[in-house]
Amino acid sequence: MMRLPHFRFHAPRTVQEAADLLASASPGEAMIVAGGTDLLPNMKRRQQVPSTLIGLRGIAELRAISNGNASATLRVAPSPSRGDGLTIGASVTLSALVGDERVRRAYTGLWQAASQVATPLLRNMGTIGGNLCLDTRCNYYDQNYEWRKAIDFCMKKDDRSPERAALPGRAALQVCWVATSSPRCLAVSSSDTAPMLMALGASVDLTSAAGVRSIPLADLYRNDGIHYLTRRPDEILTSIRVPGADGWKSTYWKLRRRGSFDFPVLSVAAAAKMRGETVEAARIVLGAVASRPVASENAAAALVGRRLTDDIIAEAAELAAVPSRPMDNTDFTLVWRKRVTRDFVSYALRELRGDETTDLRRRLHAWHVVPGV
Amino acid sequence: MNIIGKPRRRVDGRAKATGQTKFADDIMLPRMVHCKLLRSTAPHARIVRIDAARARAHPGVLLILDGRDFPIPYGILPVSQDEHALAVDRVRFVGDPVAAVIARDELTAFEALDLIDVEYEPLRTFAAPEDSLQHDDPRIHEYGDRGNIHKLVSLEFGDVGRALADADKVFEDTFFYQGNTHLPIEQHAAVAAKDPDGKLVLWSSTQTPHYVHRALAKALDMPAAHIRVVATPNGGGFGGKSDPFNHEIVIAKAAWLLDRPVKICLTREEVFYCHRGRHPVLMRMKTGVNDDGTITGMEVQTVLDGGAYGSYGVASTFYTGALQTVTYHIPAYRFQGCRVFTNKPPCGPKRGHGTPQSRFGQEIQLDKIADALGLDPADLRLRIVEKPETLTANYLRLGTIGLAECIRRVTRAADWSSKHRRLPFGRGVGLACSSYLSGAGLPIYWNDMPHSGVQLKLDRSGGVTAFCGATEIGQGSDDVLVACVAEVLGIDPIDIRAVTGDTDLTPVDLGSYSSRVTLMMGNAAIQAAERARDLLADSVSRKLAVPKDRLVFADRRVFDTENPSVGIAFAEAVQLAEAAFGTIGTTGSYTPPRSAARFKGGGVGPSPTYSYSAAIVEVDVDPATGWIHVPRVWIAHDIGRALNPTLVRGQVEGSVYMALGEALMEEQIFRRLPPRLSHALVHKFPSILEYKSPTTMDMPEVFTELIEEPDPRGPFGAKEVGQGPLLPVMPAVANAVFDAVGVRIDEVPTTPEKILKALEAKAAGKPARYGPSHFPDVPWPEPLQVPPPWEGGDGKARGPERATPQVIQS
Ligand SMILES: Cc1cc2nc3c(=O)[nH]c(=O)nc-3n(C[C@H](O)[C@H](O)[C@H](O)COP(=O)(O)OP(=O)(O)OC[C@H]3O[C@@H](n4cnc5c(N)ncnc54)[C@H](O)[C@@H]3O)c2cc1C
Ligand code: SF4
Repeated sequence: MMRLPHFRFHAPRTVQEAADLLASASPGEAMIVAGGTDLLPNMKRRQQVPSTLIGLRGIAELRAISNGNASATLRVAPSPSRGDGLTIGASVTLSALVGDERVRRAYTGLWQAASQVATPLLRNMGTIGGNLCLDTRCNYYDQNYEWRKAIDFCMKKDDRSPERAALPGRAALQVCWVATSSPRCLAVSSSDTAPMLMALGASVDLTSAAGVRSIPLADLYRNDGIHYLTRRPDEILTSIRVPGADGWKSTYWKLRRRGSFDFPVLSVAAAAKMRGETVEAARIVLGAVASRPVASENAAAALVGRRLTDDIIAEAAELAAVPSRPMDNTDFTLVWRKRVTRDFVSYALRELRGDETTDLRRRLHAWHVVPGV
Repeated sequence: MNIIGKPRRRVDGRAKATGQTKFADDIMLPRMVHCKLLRSTAPHARIVRIDAARARAHPGVLLILDGRDFPIPYGILPVSQDEHALAVDRVRFVGDPVAAVIARDELTAFEALDLIDVEYEPLRTFAAPEDSLQHDDPRIHEYGDRGNIHKLVSLEFGDVGRALADADKVFEDTFFYQGNTHLPIEQHAAVAAKDPDGKLVLWSSTQTPHYVHRALAKALDMPAAHIRVVATPNGGGFGGKSDPFNHEIVIAKAAWLLDRPVKICLTREEVFYCHRGRHPVLMRMKTGVNDDGTITGMEVQTVLDGGAYGSYGVASTFYTGALQTVTYHIPAYRFQGCRVFTNKPPCGPKRGHGTPQSRFGQEIQLDKIADALGLDPADLRLRIVEKPETLTANYLRLGTIGLAECIRRVTRAADWSSKHRRLPFGRGVGLACSSYLSGAGLPIYWNDMPHSGVQLKLDRSGGVTAFCGATEIGQGSDDVLVACVAEVLGIDPIDIRAVTGDTDLTPVDLGSYSSRVTLMMGNAAIQAAERARDLLADSVSRKLAVPKDRLVFADRRVFDTENPSVGIAFAEAVQLAEAAFGTIGTTGSYTPPRSAARFKGGGVGPSPTYSYSAAIVEVDVDPATGWIHVPRVWIAHDIGRALNPTLVRGQVEGSVYMALGEALMEEQIFRRLPPRLSHALVHKFPSILEYKSPTTMDMPEVFTELIEEPDPRGPFGAKEVGQGPLLPVMPAVANAVFDAVGVRIDEVPTTPEKILKALEAKAAGKPARYGPSHFPDVPWPEPLQVPPPWEGGDGKARGPERATPQVIQS
């Protein structure tokens, strides 16, 4: 990894100021930096080279977790649909989120997801907003400039298709090395909290100089490794709203090589609303199997009105695994990642049923036991 | 003994814990400038043209160098002088340095790299050993045994064909050991400067300042006496800093030309390109056994993927077949090894140097043998452990052997007999053993001089300074030096200053490799200290009128054993001696005993004595996913004597950590892009995040047992501990997987996907294993015949010596 390139840095104090700065920047020139734990290493590898960074750390109004009522200083109009859920400011660090009792008690899955992001040091810096906007990942892309030059780059960054087109006998197409016939980039959505917040039915506020729009989190994502967010370049993700947890239980399971730290290479976020032993409503979302978190509606539907018996869990797990299309651009082989998807879904559902899973978590994550539901 | 054997805080502990240790990157000198290397983006190509005009014009750029500035080749082994500091005409892997930019700061130098235009003419890329064995053209190097085969070895000790024919059963297996890298936390860094006298100084994170000194003198064509190499404390080495490196030579030349200090700090990616790590090795093993488990004979064949340069590779090749004979009695033994060149970063010595690969195969095969013969794997090994003070079939002279005791202690600690074959499906335990050198018996370049020298300066204040060329790479060599001197002189380690790893100030020690430092430097230190003690005792004996042999040195005093109140302070003793003999300085040195091997290739393997280890690993395997978890490891190590048990345990636990990484996840692997679209052959992920290696947080519980059976050849009886305890862990993991779920994983790393594939194979009625099934055709030469000692052999080969064209030492 090289030194950071030169860039201009702005430290606005309010969302308004930040939005104005973004609005006045020419396209592609400015980027937002929150904790910088994703963006700065990427800049050192020259994967992203913005000439201007707009830092969010100085904006106090983005750092609060509030009980449903948005903090008074937020420029966002209170929404009646909010109920008594949580509103999480985009600059809340993952450590702060993990340390919040309300999160731990009512949104176990979110707590489990956030506490498995990276390492304690990175969680002290990394924010929830940054985690939701995390760049997609790929073994051909998360490399320094010289390495990427040695493979002649790829379509996500520094693509040289015009030059390549000029070479005799070389493909004129933009190339994705993961699947050379793919018309789009297949880099992987690798956020831990995104699938979980989707399973919790969260929505996000996007603020620009022109105003605020609120969209379901699911609509923030696109299955495209390059244009993976629907966020406009002039928009700031300002807050995340999680609906009330009444009756819902949630859980998060993460596949990674090491229990100490590693990006997910498969994750299962599941939430269910139970009446007695019967599932009243459910959501299952897979992480790290595509360029966006993937909801498995069929699997969730298979649970509704049923009890979480071993058979039902197995059936739902098979269904949930269907949309999982891992590619050969992360750790572990894709066949195996696909193969164990159903196992991970069943871990999640068993934990929702109330099974003791501490031992299983210990085996998967060594000393990093994340308490169950 | 007052110091030896007691757990102590290491002498460099305070500096390290308080962040005051000065690593190479901490060196800041006035007017210092920075260097970056432009590295090849082509895996194998001819350099048609280098145009640096744009870079030279870039503001802040001071100097640009390329291969034309470094016409003289160098390399760690005299037989493999195949490296140039910057590529001359040809690049051999992605990462091979092509040009250097020296600029006012690192960022400027980096920016200028992209302004150098290099035109390459691609050559055929050799991605795997099969390619190199099949195609002789183009040759990656113009030397080597043939085509792209760097080295072929073929040795036979006794009639192996007959031994196998006479055996009750013969076991034949193929194993693969994937390559992996050292991954020290400190990335290589160095600073070079012209000192005020006009001489060259290089500070570098190197394990071998003496060899760097020689290489600099050669490559820069300068008198060695005008070059000073200082080894800065290494933030980890593990063998990755034991070659002379291109970046060291480049900045030395740049500092010389610019007359300004020049610094270089490699990035993590560049460390993956320097590599010199574990060779990927494909091996075939054939072992004949009788029904009682005794071995009649063994045959080992290895193919090593060497990467683009020689490095220590010739020695590594021999090591894949050298130490099979030192653990169990093998009456007849044949070894054939082949190292090929490929277009990847060069492999070399990593902790265990060449021996973990074949140890892995041997110990798994023994587990299979025990299973087939219905013997307990621990009992089988106890039956065949080699006897101490033996000359093996391949003429290695063994010292004490604590292996049987290791097995007994480790099985007791782990409660082996109630676990092995008795745990529920999915859980299992596995046992494996190993041995390692306590220092290579021969130096890298042929000479008759000592391997380690120590000088002591005794000050009339009572302070002592110990000088030695050994380098502190985190293993604790400064502590060993000080402890040995302190014990002999009866003073406290804190009274002694260690000055080490500086070619101007310290006598030569060959370096921190081959687990040689404790034994060799320790013996040299004891000799120097005893000579000093002798001078002091002379004077004190005269002064106190006590016979010399009644004097004791302890507690910073010299006193009469029979009447301890009669004595004087240590400082006073030094003053008496100084008055009697003049300035007090003594020296000690150590030269290993002559090897019994007198055949070509016999230079690799001999050691003053060998350490032994036995490990038991417990695994937990989920049969549904193949997920493998290691909750506990028990390990016993025959250390001879633990000079500082805290450091010894640190080395054992560190070995277990590194071994589990190799066993379960580490892989230095490469990507070949579709040749239709690209020539690229690149390291899959030269990143400390994506190259998976366990962290301290991923460590299981480790229970360490130290077997102390002093070996008279070691200082106070000590043997090595830096490398040996790594070796048994990888095969023990594989054997534990078999105990847990009944499948064999005949390669490292053992990953969940491989376990699952083996389980599926088993369920489908196919062999219950995952591993290689094919061994390539290698043009082996006729083996050199060396009759073993029990057939009247004298260590010489029979008939004309032809198999190995050149004598090599390591
Ligand atoms: C070694 C390592 C391991 C990691 N492991 C994990 C892991 O296991 N799981 C995981 O999910 N992540 C992991 N990460 C990534 C990262 O640390 C986290 O995702 C973190 O939450 C990112 O937050 P940040 O505030 O640092 O984001 P930044 O780096 O500041 O920003 C990330 C991206 O989001 C954009 N952005 C940030 N805030 C906003 C906003 N408010 N509005 C619009 N755009 C915004 C930035 O422009 C940038 O593109 C790891 C990182 C490292 C270096
Ligand atoms: S998925 Fe394809 S296009 Fe996207 S980053 Fe990876 S190689 Fe490049």
